[in-house]
Amino acid sequence: MSRFYFDHNATTPVSPASGEALAAALCEVWGNASSVHREGQAARHRLEAARAAVATLIGAGHKEIVFTSGGTESANLALLGYVRAVERPRRHIVTTAIEHPAVLNAAMQLEREGVAVTVVSPDANGLVDPASIRDAISPDTVLISVMHANNETGVIQPISEIARIAQGNGIAVHSDGVQAAGKTLVDVAALGVDLYSISGHKFYAPKGIGALFVREGVRLQPLQWGGRHERSRRAGTENVPGAIAMGVAAATVDASDNVRIAHLRDRLEEAVLHRIPDTAINGAGPRLPNTANFRFHGIEGEAAVIALDLKGFAVSSGSACSSGAVEPSHVLLAMGQAPEQARSSVRISLGAGNTADQVDRLVDALVTAVAHLRRLSPAYAHA
Amino acid sequence: MHESRSNADALVAVAMSGGVDSSVVAAMLHRDGVPLVGLTMQLWNQRRLPGLAPEGGASGRCCSLDDVYDARQVAQHVGIPYYVVNFEKRFEEQVVKPFVEDYPRRTHPHPVHPLQQLRQVDDFIDLARGLGAETIATGHYARIGVDPQTGRHQLLRAVDPAKDQTYFLFGLTQPQLARTRFPLGGFTKPQVRQMAFDFGIPVAAKNDSQEICFVPNGDYAAFIDAYFREQGIDPARAQGEIVDTGGRVLGEHAGVHRYTVGQRKGIGVAAAEPLYVIATEPATQRVIVGSNDDLLCGRFEAARVNWISIAPPAAPVRASVRIRNKHIPAAATLQPLPGDRVRVQFDEPQRAVTPGQGAVFYDGDRVLGGGWIESK
Repeated sequence: MSRFYFDHNATTPVSPASGEALAAALCEVWGNASSVHREGQAARHRLEAARAAVATLIGAGHKEIVFTSGGTESANLALLGYVRAVERPRRHIVTTAIEHPAVLNAAMQLEREGVAVTVVSPDANGLVDPASIRDAISPDTVLISVMHANNETGVIQPISEIARIAQGNGIAVHSDGVQAAGKTLVDVAALGVDLYSISGHKFYAPKGIGALFVREGVRLQPLQWGGRHERSRRAGTENVPGAIAMGVAAATVDASDNVRIAHLRDRLEEAVLHRIPDTAINGAGPRLPNTANFRFHGIEGEAAVIALDLKGFAVSSGSACSSGAVEPSHVLLAMGQAPEQARSSVRISLGAGNTADQVDRLVDALVTAVAHLRRLSPAYAHA
Repeated sequence: MHESRSNADALVAVAMSGGVDSSVVAAMLHRDGVPLVGLTMQLWNQRRLPGLAPEGGASGRCCSLDDVYDARQVAQHVGIPYYVVNFEKRFEEQVVKPFVEDYPRRTHPHPVHPLQQLRQVDDFIDLARGLGAETIATGHYARIGVDPQTGRHQLLRAVDPAKDQTYFLFGLTQPQLARTRFPLGGFTKPQVRQMAFDFGIPVAAKNDSQEICFVPNGDYAAFIDAYFREQGIDPARAQGEIVDTGGRVLGEHAGVHRYTVGQRKGIGVAAAEPLYVIATEPATQRVIVGSNDDLLCGRFEAARVNWISIAPPAAPVRASVRIRNKHIPAAATLQPLPGDRVRVQFDEPQRAVTPGQGAVFYDGDRVLGGGWIESK
């Protein structure tokens, strides 16, 4: 059976260029980047070239990039590392209800350590209002963490406005850019953030490599203790092959392909809204070019995901809990949706491999699956 | 997606628990060339009530992460698509909450078996149909046949009397039976376990799961107490008196949910003759105790009766009636009453007829039907 992958916000396939660079580096660039000798120097050289490529992708200076194991470690290092380094009797942070668990659970850990945490809700469109961030800050606020683009809805948050508010109050800003990097233009200087998390496997690099942008002069306490790697911000022998593969993926991000993908997404949304009644799109305003999140009234998104998988289409709904069963998306719930509404949603996230023909096939499969599920659904009022 | 139930190419959904039985069903049907999708219903999160599950998790029981892991391994081994589906909310609404909230008014403390919840079965069938599977298969020990004369689906006892599960299946409706397969009904448990080894199933040596999966170690009282604490309810509200059949107070008890009709041990009252729980009185929260003879009962009425192998009869019917899973069916006459009710008159009085339990009517191997025992 042919497979059609439409879940690029979960992960992307490794691009041939990145994969080949990884395979070559695994066998050839095996030196320890901290070593004095030539093997070490060769590894160091390639590591720094990769760092420069990653820095260029997000408009950072190469000294401002810390390689990590991925998005979760980056976000943890940003929140825990920054707040723990602030020596103040009272500390407060502000974040939002639509963050990834890597941010929300790091914030919860800070709360256990005595830090006050305010979680701001988005509006019904999934957008965080900068005014609600302004209302949440206090003289004790040391950090604001707001994601750049949401993984469920693709809604792009007004980070530069939030950063201006923060700057005026001497507060640092972290943004989780795991979904944004590679899918939309990112310029950390223009955004005005102090910390910015990215993950390689969301833009065609392998898993196990990510990076944290740390503005020059921002102090962090490391999460793990060891050698003085990554300017003493991340101890542990560097994953040089992973960094090289991420550097290649960063250098080969194709902005014009994002335009093509945006057209495919619009084609998908138009066709679905036209052909499937009682359907709404979750999230409005500026969005990532690749994400479409549909609410099909009267069905279980979980069942739609399984039915589509059996037909060859990989899409998603909500978030997987430890067993692999699906729970309603905390993002959609935070947008004020009822649990039934959140559960009736299906997320489709496009990527480099998708074509117009694949999108048309997906639309046909969605039309069939939704109609079939609605025929069986007591929650769907049949006309 | 078409209505092609008899089609050999039609997709079948296997309910997989991670246990030996449902794993063998998957392997058997796959061997026979039946297109399959394996599904596990995530019913209850064992970590939800901390302190209740034993250290190291609840292995060998349904609903646990270990069982999902096992089911996934088996599906991978057999080579079929497999998914875990979140039924937690529905299960809590349909089974756990009614069981717990009702308990001070309940006359027996055991929760309804999940299989006896018609809506659970319907939900699973609906899910399967949504995925394009018009038929479901499970690892239950029972057989399904069709009466050639009437066209009615018959529910028949499993060939292995020790494993027969028809007592829990009396609520199955004709439409449900038409969409259900019990491939193990014709095999004994030792045969099934041998098949598991022959198929190389990773869980072939695993112990059988218990009947009520969400209650660790079958400790219902501890479960209810823990659930009440989670919900902010004081479990002490079920305390009351222990009285004899004459109404004389013999002592106090810590909760009606700790007593079951016919129970002898742990009553907490000293007496010259062995005392048994005769009844629990929901309204007064009294536990009534008496002698073994006081437990005997010659007749009762069953409500919400579901007729399976025969159409609802107009005249009295002779049957063997089982009032507990391990009860040996006893000869009785069934007198149909209006409103899906039946009066059951035993030939010989039976011990511990417990309101709230199921009563299942057999004619040999055939399940004629069944209903719920009513308070006198």
